[in-house]
Amino acid sequence: MIISLDPLLTEDFTATVIAIVLLKVLVIFVVGLVATMLMVWFERKTIAGMQNRVGPNKAGPFGLLQTLADGIKLFFKEDLLPVKADKFVFRFAPYLSFVPAFLAFAVIPVGGDFRGDTGGIVTWFGHATRVQLADPPVGFLFALAISSIAVYGIMLAGWSSGSKYPLLGSVRASAQMISYEAALALSFGAVVLVAGTMSTSGIVNVQETLGDWHVVATGFVPFVIFLMAATAELNRPPFDLVEAEQELVGGFNTEYSSIRFALFFLAEFMNTITMSAVIVTLFFGGPQPIRIGDTALDIPLIPNDLEGTVWLLGKVLVFLYVYVWLRGTLPRLRYDQLMNLGWKLLIPTSLGWFMLLAAQNVGQDRGWNTGVVTAVSIAVILICVMIVQAALKVSAANREREGSVF
Amino acid sequence: MGYLGGFLVTIRQHGKRNRVTTEYSGGRVFKRGKGDKKDQKIEKPERLHGRHVLNRYEDGMEKCIGCELCAGVCPAKCIYVRGADNDPENPTSPGERYGFVYEINYLRCIHCDLCVEACPTEAITETKLFEFSFTNRRDAIYTKSELLVDSSGKPQQLPWEDWREGEDLHTSGWMRATAPSGDADFEGVAGWSGELGHGVRAPEPGQDIRDAEGN
Repeated sequence: MIISLDPLLTEDFTATVIAIVLLKVLVIFVVGLVATMLMVWFERKTIAGMQNRVGPNKAGPFGLLQTLADGIKLFFKEDLLPVKADKFVFRFAPYLSFVPAFLAFAVIPVGGDFRGDTGGIVTWFGHATRVQLADPPVGFLFALAISSIAVYGIMLAGWSSGSKYPLLGSVRASAQMISYEAALALSFGAVVLVAGTMSTSGIVNVQETLGDWHVVATGFVPFVIFLMAATAELNRPPFDLVEAEQELVGGFNTEYSSIRFALFFLAEFMNTITMSAVIVTLFFGGPQPIRIGDTALDIPLIPNDLEGTVWLLGKVLVFLYVYVWLRGTLPRLRYDQLMNLGWKLLIPTSLGWFMLLAAQNVGQDRGWNTGVVTAVSIAVILICVMIVQAALKVSAANREREGSVF
Repeated sequence: MGYLGGFLVTIRQHGKRNRVTTEYSGGRVFKRGKGDKKDQKIEKPERLHGRHVLNRYEDGMEKCIGCELCAGVCPAKCIYVRGADNDPENPTSPGERYGFVYEINYLRCIHCDLCVEACPTEAITETKLFEFSFTNRRDAIYTKSELLVDSSGKPQQLPWEDWREGEDLHTSGWMRATAPSGDADFEGVAGWSGELGHGVRAPEPGQDIRDAEGN
């Protein structure tokens, strides 16, 4: 898959090339930080509106600088180190949570004109390049790997605190991540199956028209599963069991204070933005404009090179709102409900859907009759559903007979 | 659509202006220029427990007799009282003894109001002021000279306290009206001593009267 490699890095490494890469890194870092700041404000303001409150409105216009004020306050607070803490890991964990939040953004295409034959390649300072930091052929595998590394930050933070509640929070975090990572990866697999590539720019490139957007092309179900699993992966409500205040004081970050706490806070919101961008890239065409047939929607007054970025921004904003909306609406799940949803519903459904898409693909390749393939698939799915139901019933009956262990 | 109905409920709130919270930032002016507006505060509940005052009788005598019952009942151990004998020529309080030292440590006080209940002379009561954000320990420990009402019977307004209209009202020992010492007929009768300042508040009506009024 050489095509999807960034053309910038196939040339000689001159000073300009290195400067461009450094510029990209800088822009992603700065924009990421500012976006996180605005996201915190956006979330607080939106959720305040949903709960009939005013929200932050004192610092700066409309309270925009509230996060900055909070950050400065946290920076000057006393940094406490619990006596029982494992000192190195305790200090290291926030960074383990903070850095992956930014790393995942490296593979997201944040702009470029994907409409023509250029495939999103733009020319900066005489060098052809993509509007993304890196474009490895296994792009999304990288994003997936990074997002699971983030759980180490939470896990180690809870463990190294040397305290009960943080430990419980981090144990929950690891169990939750393992459960939902599978559903996440399987619904992601459906996208890869349809797109035929794992490179992020490749995935964006194939989603040309509205019908090619993977939310339609994979049949909506993988998107819904991905959205739910991603919410769980982010530890956001209604899946924020990790920091369930009513049960665990503050969750894994109970013992953290000052700037280390701020880093966790920042990472959480940065992760939300990153995950929204991932969803948009996977299912909604990333920087692609809305196009039906051959007519593409064109935003007036904005040069074509910037238009991709505007489209991505708009789509990401929609998902950021959705995350806030979920938080404002849904109550937190109980722990057994969380596990039931993950293992008994999301994983079987995403696996089944993945198989269905695979069967369709193989059928098309071999020239089988689509109708027959679909009928057989549905029959198989129905049998599987019945088997799963029977298994659940048997295990429930067994539990009943043995009596509750609690 | 039972599952998704909740989403509609939350998104519908956006345009509405029925805010349940008020503009509040601790007494500062929050709008400058044309509409110079101070913070709004919501009306305080009738029985709010705020900062204490030491009351005087209508003739200006102090009510405190230095019996230390408040200090004894205080669960947070934040009250320190020492009594002393009155000077017969120039008494501070009617009777034999008066509160010579009276200190409340507001770093400890939990505003449970047990001291008010314990007080046999209704000397200590609570105002509705809860915004007194002191910045050092010296300010946090209120002495008798700060707690005692002034010569007109109003609480002293210290520089770090945010007093608003009506927060010193209804500080008298009103709860005696609802604590009839086991006598049901006592309900609705003011059973407390006279007080300098706002005077004695009318007792709360009985439960049956309040129910009839629909409150």
